[in-house]
Amino acid sequence: MSWPSRRARTFPHGVHPPEEKQFARDVPIEVVPTPAAVAIPLLQHLGAPCQAVVASRATVALGDVVGRAEAPVSAPVHASIAGVVQRESVATLPNGRHVTTVPIKAAGEQLEGQALYDAHFGGDWPLAGLDEIAPAEIVAAAGEAGLVGMGGAAFPTHVKLAPGPRRPVDTVLVNGCECEPYLTADERLMREAALPVLVGAKLVARAVGAKRIVVGIEANKPEAIAEMRRLAPELGIEVGVVATKYPQGAEKQLVYALLQRIVPGGKLPLDVGVVVSNVATAAALARAVLRGAPLTHRVMTVAGHGVREPKNLLVPIGLRLSEAIEAAGGLTDDAARVIAGGPMMGFSVAYLDAPVTKGTSGLTVLAARDLDAEPERACVRCGRCVDVCPMGLLPTRIALAARYGEWELAGSYHARLCVECGCCAFACPSRLPLVQLIRVAKARLAKMTA
Amino acid sequence: MTAEPVRIAPAPALHVAPGPHLTVSDFTARRMMADVLLALLPVAGVAVWIFRWYAVLQIAVCVAAALLAEALFSRLRRRRAPLDDLSAAVTGAILGLSLPWSAPWYVGAIGAFAAIGLGKAAFGGLGQNIFNPAMVGRAFVMVAFAASLAGGAYVRAEAALPILTQATPLSLAKGTAGAVALPGLWPLFLGNVNGSLGETSALACLVGGLYLCWRRSAAWQIPVWTLAGAAAAAVVANLLDPATPLTVLHHLFAGALFFCAFFIATDPVTSPLSPRGRAVFGFGVGVLVVLIRTLSSYPEGVVFAILLMNSVTPLINRGTVPKPFGGAVELPGGAK
Repeated sequence: MSWPSRRARTFPHGVHPPEEKQFARDVPIEVVPTPAAVAIPLLQHLGAPCQAVVASRATVALGDVVGRAEAPVSAPVHASIAGVVQRESVATLPNGRHVTTVPIKAAGEQLEGQALYDAHFGGDWPLAGLDEIAPAEIVAAAGEAGLVGMGGAAFPTHVKLAPGPRRPVDTVLVNGCECEPYLTADERLMREAALPVLVGAKLVARAVGAKRIVVGIEANKPEAIAEMRRLAPELGIEVGVVATKYPQGAEKQLVYALLQRIVPGGKLPLDVGVVVSNVATAAALARAVLRGAPLTHRVMTVAGHGVREPKNLLVPIGLRLSEAIEAAGGLTDDAARVIAGGPMMGFSVAYLDAPVTKGTSGLTVLAARDLDAEPERACVRCGRCVDVCPMGLLPTRIALAARYGEWELAGSYHARLCVECGCCAFACPSRLPLVQLIRVAKARLAKMTA
Repeated sequence: MTAEPVRIAPAPALHVAPGPHLTVSDFTARRMMADVLLALLPVAGVAVWIFRWYAVLQIAVCVAAALLAEALFSRLRRRRAPLDDLSAAVTGAILGLSLPWSAPWYVGAIGAFAAIGLGKAAFGGLGQNIFNPAMVGRAFVMVAFAASLAGGAYVRAEAALPILTQATPLSLAKGTAGAVALPGLWPLFLGNVNGSLGETSALACLVGGLYLCWRRSAAWQIPVWTLAGAAAAAVVANLLDPATPLTVLHHLFAGALFFCAFFIATDPVTSPLSPRGRAVFGFGVGVLVVLIRTLSSYPEGVVFAILLMNSVTPLINRGTVPKPFGGAVELPGGAK
């Protein structure tokens, strides 16, 4: 199939995994009680870790800076509860990285319950005057609030919002696709807090100088679409319904679906005049700019057959994953796999002591019956992976090259362009670990060119 | 000695594995093979209807011999016999359906051993072979038992079923120059003619084949382009030799073209990966089939057309690497 295909509102290829949104889509966001302690990782984003600026035993209030960003591509971290700082420790994040954390033991008065919810989503969101805020002011507020992309990649927002004059941006896409199965945090946010999302989108556009704003939502979220459509026209924002297909929320696929623009290989949406921002990031930006509040909490889904009461939770950053699971009723007896994020791109977790980070969109807990018992077999070269790859690659070829350590061959099959969405391994009838093998090839290739 | 039983804390064990953590549930390598067997049912049904117990016997011998060969060669390679992946059964069934009703039982058995042994095990088993195993077996017995498999072998004057006393349509066209009474297109399409067991009914192949494509156990591009290639070559052949009794539709419905297009050429292991590659492959098969029919001394050309195109599949794969979404990454220094 040749690119571009002129089928609007979606992208070529992709897969249709079971949606599994029924677990928590109709469960309102619930505020978790203040935990006894949190552990704030000093690296939660793409880029350099930040430096701890609080000493052990210091008293911190909610929102105090705990780690300062010193590198240009980095983001500060803040206390997500009021309390006393403990000795620095190390945690293993779900992606396998070991990071330094600053533990905080809860002490003193806490902002919690409905008050915390209202501080995030309630109250007034002034629509007038948004256009008077200076772009530099928005970028600075995003930087100080420690904003990062909350859809998963966790790229520092202030870097994204300051693209520089060389690359003009005409359109902001707000990503409300949430194409990962099980996850419903973004959907709940759009249904319960559409206004901060839209105000945030307006601020993103103001910062990058874009005229047009489009919110992209998958067709399987009619309530969210209705709510956004109710409020968006007032702010001059369009709502674009896109097909329910995985990975619709991947940047390049969303840009293509909504704008029919193709991001060149190895480039960013910025190179075709687009900035893509997740709905949760937009809401956090609105909070940062209009309320001066740093990113201390996020909404995450805990869902699947492996938890007793699937929920969407407003959690403090640094909360232990096990506590998030407890807040959702705990694991069932047949819980078999805990995944940080959705089941397609998420990482399975070995230690439930790991902290929630700014990029943790949810926990998918699968029961034994959800796991695939099919054995791995030899590749039968059926080409299903080729048929579904949204980047138009030959996944089985890259994986085979990786198996034999032929890194340059893997590179000649464009391994670098793989976005690790997992469509190939999802569709593979021989159950080959294609994504894993391609990741190895990508890592080797990155080392070779570095 | 009585040891205390070791007690393990009853905490739930959490599995850790690379993502994605979901897989498509109704599509496995085994299911693909099962789909082929299922799709062969109409073809086998027509074969049994026309050739009666000859067909039952031939298919049974080939499948049994293929399974036996798989078990034997796996043992020689010190591997667990992967009989449960059903690929050997598929090879046996396709080989059986490609043989004439009249072939003695040992022809099928030896063909199955050649198919699994030379065609598959010698290359390293499932997924590693270059040539379609069933066609390797068919080619082997074609050479080894030329007399049992030549066009004349299909015909027995004394056979109890009247249809078996007629020459196969393509042999008819080949054998006598000038005016021959070829069967009409309708019997050719339905399959009420003499021939190899599975090839006679284009309709049965179409029914099974459409199911395979709908299930995506076969790539639809291959049968479409195989038929297109054959039709194109037949048009050219007709233009060059207007006197030939074989019209374009005769080329399409007679012989094993439909069986080949849907069941043999679509073997995923030995056909290209990308949609464009599959189109090139299919077109090549179709053209070669008609070329061999018209220019060689063989009445039918499926076996060699498939084996020839199998041999160039790696080349096709190399030449049809799809262009990625957004184009290739440009790296400094022109490296890829």
